[in-house]
Amino acid sequence: MERDNREVKVRTENLTKQFGDLLVLDNISFDVKKNEFLCVVGPTGCGKTTFLNCLTKIYTPSKGEIYIDGEPADPKRHNISFVFQEPSAFPWLTVRENLEFGLGVKKVDKKEIKSRVDKILDLMGLKDVENAYPRELSVSVEQRIIIGRSFVMQPDLLLMDEPYGQMDIKMRFYLEDEVIRLWKELGSTVIFITHNIEEAVYLAERVLILTNKPTTVKESLKIDLPHPRNIADPKFIQYRNYITEAIKWW
Amino acid sequence: MAGADLKLLGTDYQIWKKKQRREAGQYYLLCLVGIFCFFAIWQIAVTAGLANERLLPSPLQVFETIIEKFYQKEPDGNTMLVNICASLQVALSGFLLAVVIGIPLGLVMGWFRLAEAFFRPIFELVRPVPPIAWIPLVVVWFGIGLQAKALIIFFSAFVPCVINSYTGIQLTNRTYINVARTFGASETEIFRKVGIPSSLPMVFAGVRVALGNSWSTLVAAEMLAATAGLGYMIQQGRTLARPDLVIAGMVVIGAIGAVLSGILSYIEKRLIKGQKNESN
Repeated sequence: MERDNREVKVRTENLTKQFGDLLVLDNISFDVKKNEFLCVVGPTGCGKTTFLNCLTKIYTPSKGEIYIDGEPADPKRHNISFVFQEPSAFPWLTVRENLEFGLGVKKVDKKEIKSRVDKILDLMGLKDVENAYPRELSVSVEQRIIIGRSFVMQPDLLLMDEPYGQMDIKMRFYLEDEVIRLWKELGSTVIFITHNIEEAVYLAERVLILTNKPTTVKESLKIDLPHPRNIADPKFIQYRNYITEAIKWW
Repeated sequence: MAGADLKLLGTDYQIWKKKQRREAGQYYLLCLVGIFCFFAIWQIAVTAGLANERLLPSPLQVFETIIEKFYQKEPDGNTMLVNICASLQVALSGFLLAVVIGIPLGLVMGWFRLAEAFFRPIFELVRPVPPIAWIPLVVVWFGIGLQAKALIIFFSAFVPCVINSYTGIQLTNRTYINVARTFGASETEIFRKVGIPSSLPMVFAGVRVALGNSWSTLVAAEMLAATAGLGYMIQQGRTLARPDLVIAGMVVIGAIGAVLSGILSYIEKRLIKGQKNESN
């Protein structure tokens, strides 16, 4: 219960996005608490990625505003990390240089960069390949580099857009556990977008269920299960079925 | 479980690296064998009388001519070293000028919309003009000295430098740009840290074409009343009906071209890491 008393980290107010006549996001408002792990689920094509792109200001919202710590969100001022759907490790940088990239942009002190990157290399088990280039490694290792690169920023807000969409089930569970471990260790605030309901119930403290286009928030559901979760637990299945029913648009 | 996986990952990587090195050794050995076979077939063809020796001298004879030319000025009036230096000076000054101007122009044109709007039409007008068509104008402007010849070479090397840099930077993956943007990077920072490195493989492909063009335009440039140079030596060989001299010139041009290309590959390898598909 004490978790509900956490302060608000991200506040989204009346977020609306329109492309010409097409209304994609319709008046979305919600809060994310500090250190919270929030999963966003919704039907395919409901505008989940548009929603994230508005959060990071890749798109400018047509109406509404996003506040981080009470100030309008701005990637230049705030520490935002984004894990995209596509593999996005810079191929011309080594594993270590990839992890250092965002910290360099933020002009973090060199000593601090080294100690933070060393810690993440250890945590993610990438020490042996720190001087390798992403192309020399497998796709799953590349995904770990990207996740490491986001967590090393110690972001105010970490956004993940279906990062495990293209992975097999074993790798997905492994990386999901990894994300939970890093989130707990580093205390980041995470918004994780997925169309996989099982994944959402496995990870989230709270699930935000979106409607079909024009997208609004249908329901905010607290997942009251301790981590690590068991997907065969009847309560887990109950949550999963409930969200599946809520999301149904056919 | 995870620990064991990761240990394996490191060991696998080391084994893979070793395999890569061994394969590279085999590759270079095959390169040498290929060159040796080429000259051997040529020599056999001439010795066996399949080719007329007066029209196609044997590689050994060409080799002798090359060695002779290192200490003899006859018949073109310069030793080989003087010719090589003269040609290198012309080719490299034109080529380097094209690289220094062409690459930044292409990159800026490909990244900034306003720069593209301003420069692209001019470039598209100049691009189709063959480098040799500039010769009469260049002679009027600069006479027949180094500047004139270097300028002809510049025109032949400039176009691939611009086009490849332009296309290379335009092909930058949007996701990489968005990653940098969400980290809060400024536009110039994204250009510098994402656009330029991601375009480098294409840029280098352009530089490689430019180097080839410079070297092949050399003979044409040295037709501008040169008094020294490999192209000039070839012209003299033709006038004096000395095919061995002509082929000696060609071989030296080829060899220097290969050395320059090797140097370029070395620089490329140092600068473009991780972006070339390596064989498994």
